[in-house]
Amino acid sequence: MSAGTPQVPPGEPQIKTLSCSNCGAPLEVRSMGRAVSIVCGHCHSILDARDSRLRILERFEAATGEETLLIPLGSRGKWRGVVYEVIGFQVRTMEADGVPYSWREYLLFSPYKGFRYLTEYNGHWNDCSVVTALPEVRGRAAKYLGKTYRHYQTCVARTTYVLGEFPWQVSVNDAVEVTDYIAPPYVLSSETADNETTWTLGEYVHGADIWRAFGLPGRAPAPIGIYENQPSALRQSSGRIWVSFLALGTALFVIFILNEVFAQQEQVFREFYRFSPSSTEASFVTPVFELKGRTSDVEVQTDADVTNQWIYLNYALINDDTGQAYDFGREVTFYQGVDSDGHWQEGSQHDRAVLPSIPAGHYYLRVEPESDPKLGTIGYSVTVTRDVPVLRIYLLAFVALLVPALLISWRTYNFEQMRWAQSDHPRRSIGSGE
Amino acid sequence: MTQAAALCPSCGGPIQFRWSSSVQTTCPYCKSILIRTDVKLERVGVVSDLPPDSSPIQLGTSGVYENRAFTVGGRIIYDYDEGSWNEWHIMLSQGGSAWLSDAQSQYAVTLAFNATPLPPVGAVQLGERFTWSKTEYTVTAITEARYRGVEGELPFEYWDKQSATFVDLRSPGADFATLDYSDENPVLYLGRAVDFDDLRLKNLRTFEGWS
Repeated sequence: MSAGTPQVPPGEPQIKTLSCSNCGAPLEVRSMGRAVSIVCGHCHSILDARDSRLRILERFEAATGEETLLIPLGSRGKWRGVVYEVIGFQVRTMEADGVPYSWREYLLFSPYKGFRYLTEYNGHWNDCSVVTALPEVRGRAAKYLGKTYRHYQTCVARTTYVLGEFPWQVSVNDAVEVTDYIAPPYVLSSETADNETTWTLGEYVHGADIWRAFGLPGRAPAPIGIYENQPSALRQSSGRIWVSFLALGTALFVIFILNEVFAQQEQVFREFYRFSPSSTEASFVTPVFELKGRTSDVEVQTDADVTNQWIYLNYALINDDTGQAYDFGREVTFYQGVDSDGHWQEGSQHDRAVLPSIPAGHYYLRVEPESDPKLGTIGYSVTVTRDVPVLRIYLLAFVALLVPALLISWRTYNFEQMRWAQSDHPRRSIGSGE
Repeated sequence: MTQAAALCPSCGGPIQFRWSSSVQTTCPYCKSILIRTDVKLERVGVVSDLPPDSSPIQLGTSGVYENRAFTVGGRIIYDYDEGSWNEWHIMLSQGGSAWLSDAQSQYAVTLAFNATPLPPVGAVQLGERFTWSKTEYTVTAITEARYRGVEGELPFEYWDKQSATFVDLRSPGADFATLDYSDENPVLYLGRAVDFDDLRLKNLRTFEGWS
């Protein structure tokens, strides 16, 4: 500032003690020179704040008795880094299918940042401000600053209760057409009255944050249902889990391919045997064979010449050096025949068993076959192959990855169904689209 | 930028102009409205009491608009059906001046822009579109305003007005335009809707009890 230029007296905020021109009840004026309407909390007279005699503009009867303000007028809090004071409150009501729905709007004022609203419906809160740029409506969408918002609902809203002061002329039962476009957690709303449209941008906020900011007693009421622009916590994780699924699935596929390519599939033993079920001591051991190279899986394949009979084999893969045994049992059954439906068959003459992580060394198999003693001799071969690719564990891993992704997507889907159920565009079911 | 002082022809108080192009100012001591002629200051009227006002801006407030520093030198106050607003006359650091409007804390900075032909008053409809300076604007408000008062330095004489029509236009990119019909020939102002924080205002009014 240049010296010698007198500072114009800033005009201290006038904390006027006014009284209602209708009932004489004291009025507190909080927004300094900005109030256009003041509502007497005692007699519900709406007064012209710009008239020095506080001309009575209208009086209204609260249809549902007194409203309970969750944030009382005069409450101050630091919201988004700025101190605001609650100066006005209004209830607005719309009708859908003959049922009235009311929501509450708390008008916040800062002499520096001006006005914003906190709106509440069934415990769901939005922090709303008037927009600076002009949104563009194209069909069922609105674009605002590069973001696309989808049409949710158009309704006629009436002011049904007012309290405190407002920087515009309030009137009870004033009707405006409200259209909401959503991009959770944001909602872009247009209000049209007398051919003039005002746009506000709301962001879904948690009641608990408001309670903390304004130092309100108790807890914020728990939200009921799903609100139009309520962000789905799962929606983000739904996107993320599919990204993870894709990444891990790809990794799995790569490992599987590498495993396929590099699996040596080295046959280390193969022998043909005959088993007579009537023999008393069927147990025997194979010659010793060597498993070379790295620790790998070992496949034992049994091909049995069974038709309408079964053979059960108790196997033990035994390390000749250490004596460590891997016991397992396999059953090979194959039945077939012809009935009224034609030819049928069940089971298979081939069986594979895979033993994971067998270290290199000298091994032999102990084999103990069993079958129905009434049946004839069964011929079978035993083939031992080391380092074979195994599809099944990859399939299991794939399913383990898929299930949570599907579950989260299903829950997200249901959340969106519920969100849109209240809109002008309820979704019917999967695949009907919107 | 302070110019040599003159004396108020009414009360004799020293009058200084911050801006060489100022045509009108108000005496901070006796509220006389003074018009600068070639040789002297002429008293043309007196400002009635300004309405109670909660704008955080005051004469001498400085800020930044599109990387240009500015200082607030004067203002015009208007009343309309839904309240009142201030048009703060701001002097830009590299010369020239602009207007910072504060309508219920909705801020916009605009500069006079030469465009012809401009639509005559009464011919403009809400929702109508105009393109100036390669930007398409949509009419968002048509306001009948009553002149309420002046303060400080202005680039033109503005003291005997009664009412005027203003047409506000906006773009999807937060551009802001005003058609000012307070004179015979309309004047177009182009600029941007701005956030309070982006203006980086200093030397603001202080409000008791508000930090």
